[in-house]
Amino acid sequence: MASSSINVPSASPVAGSRSFLSKLRDGDEIARLITFLFAATVVLITVGLVVELWIDSALPRHKFGFSFFVTSVWDPIAEQFGALPFIYGTLVTAGVALFLAVPLGIGAAIFLAELAPQKLSDPLQFFIDLLAAVPSVIYGLLGVFIVIPMMREWIQPALKNTLGFLPLFQGPAYGVGFFTAGIVLAIMVIPYIISVSREVLLSVPRDQREAALALGSTRWESTWKVVVPFAKTGIMGSIFLALARALGETMAVTMVIGNTPTISSSLFSPGYSIAAVIANEFTEATGDMHLSALIELGLVLFLLTFILNGLARLLMLLTTQRGSGMGHA
Amino acid sequence: MKRLAGMLVVVLALGGIVWAQNALLINGAGATFPNPIYSKWFNDFHKANGTQINYQPVGSGAGIKQVTEGTVDFGATDGPMNDEQIKAYRAKNGAGILHFPTVLGAVVPTYNVPGVNAPLNFTPEALAGIFLGRVSKWNDPTIANANKGVNLPGNDIVVIHRSDGSGTTYIWTDYLSKVSGDWKDKVSKGTSVNWPVGLGGKGNEGVTGLIKQTPNSIGYVELIYAAQNKVPYGAVKNSAGTFVSADLASVTEAGVGAVKTMPEDFRVSITNAPGKTAYPISSFTWLLIPEKFKDAGKRDALKKFLTWAITDGQGSAENLSYAKLPKEVVDKELKAINKVQ
Repeated sequence: MASSSINVPSASPVAGSRSFLSKLRDGDEIARLITFLFAATVVLITVGLVVELWIDSALPRHKFGFSFFVTSVWDPIAEQFGALPFIYGTLVTAGVALFLAVPLGIGAAIFLAELAPQKLSDPLQFFIDLLAAVPSVIYGLLGVFIVIPMMREWIQPALKNTLGFLPLFQGPAYGVGFFTAGIVLAIMVIPYIISVSREVLLSVPRDQREAALALGSTRWESTWKVVVPFAKTGIMGSIFLALARALGETMAVTMVIGNTPTISSSLFSPGYSIAAVIANEFTEATGDMHLSALIELGLVLFLLTFILNGLARLLMLLTTQRGSGMGHA
Repeated sequence: MKRLAGMLVVVLALGGIVWAQNALLINGAGATFPNPIYSKWFNDFHKANGTQINYQPVGSGAGIKQVTEGTVDFGATDGPMNDEQIKAYRAKNGAGILHFPTVLGAVVPTYNVPGVNAPLNFTPEALAGIFLGRVSKWNDPTIANANKGVNLPGNDIVVIHRSDGSGTTYIWTDYLSKVSGDWKDKVSKGTSVNWPVGLGGKGNEGVTGLIKQTPNSIGYVELIYAAQNKVPYGAVKNSAGTFVSADLASVTEAGVGAVKTMPEDFRVSITNAPGKTAYPISSFTWLLIPEKFKDAGKRDALKKFLTWAITDGQGSAENLSYAKLPKEVVDKELKAINKVQ
């Protein structure tokens, strides 16, 4: 209070200051300041995080330079560190997760928002929100006790027998690995996609649907050709959220991925992800180089998320421009 | 307003009482492996003496770091500090740090081979060969020759190791480094190593879970974990040439075997220890106590605790499946406690 009453007269003419004071009295200015501070903390935290990761990862950055990103040896004792298998594992598991979760999630959202009767839709939504709140270690346990045995006994042998000629489905079936981690991640992110997409679909104005129906389209045509494209931006948003969650997930992934830094074309192969190796090795990392290398991995994960989000946003910008252009034509 | 002020006074007064009671609060951090017995000890000691010792099981590496930084009063570790770490401690704190063994633990090989129910025998060559990936089938002669009469299948071995950095891995790789030159050159010892083969499970429970679910697998877990969860485990051939199954007596025996060669600072690895009945994959776990304390109250309380823990406290070790310290080590430690000033 004291500082603002000193600052304001010097910064603006008398009339302005009176209006500022009156704004202050109405609460507008205070609300603006406070909310601005809140918004600024988000930026501060992000910047602080990057700065901290950057400073603490100085040791391996200087020693390995760019080779950190392209080498595959991770040997804490010889102090040789390469991040490639972890980057690969993070991308592959997130990719598998989205490949499975996006069609399922959006399909379920369309059903809940457009086709299901309210009596069914609301309780189902309650369950979906519940799923989103389940701690990830529980999903990890689900993976260990249900998904891994199923993969080893049924799914992996079946895939090998049918699609075994593809390099994706070769090698011994351990149960753990990229594929299993992807499936567990898919189960974890589906509730996010459904929840957000459903809200977005529900908020599509009624006249859009009515117009489509009036022009003679069927229920499904109005849903698929009018409502879904209208809600595209929001649905993409739900996918970003799912992607971010999949990239950063630690506990559930480390329980089912096999924790072996490998790069393999086979989805059955055990692997490792960035978040998992940090969680596994951070507490017992004894050498400074080991610790700093783990911190640099944190920086890599941050950059990866940043780049993927940027690309996704770019993609959205391009597609929505084209989409809206066609819509108006 | 008056009411608020009144409440404030009460809160402050209560805070003062709590503060006065906890005047002597000692903080420690480190190894997770001895946490069950440390918790029991600190709890019993608190009841008897009123001194509160707060222990955070954050891992050996973090324990060493925190005691070096001075954020805790003492540390605890499953692998002794190396010379560099001791040097770093001295540089930072102007005085040394002392290692005090508290109890012993062991690491055991556990496996899941369908059709095999008899406990298996493992030679050092077999264990090193399996974990290096050279012995890749269960009916390999290196394993089969030590298990006459057991019908071992010709299936591929799946190696399971810890994925999280841990003292258990340190003890296991320390043993393999001692019995295999190749292991020493290629992998060496540490809390996390670059494994030549295998899958990683998080924690003892993660390793056990993977082994239970994966046919033809082998891994290693702490003896305590195996004993409490009824996980079957194999016997290992010791340096005297006998196959010994880990139990509390054979682990303490490994400590006895090391007494003769025990250095003054207690930093000794007792894997592959001499002694006919000694279990070869055993280890001490240590408390890390600074040589010099600024706070005389804390110093005296910790010395009192330490003396109690290695004498009367040993009584509760075996109930929790920890092996007791050999008497010779206790006597040696009682003398060493005087070095703490």
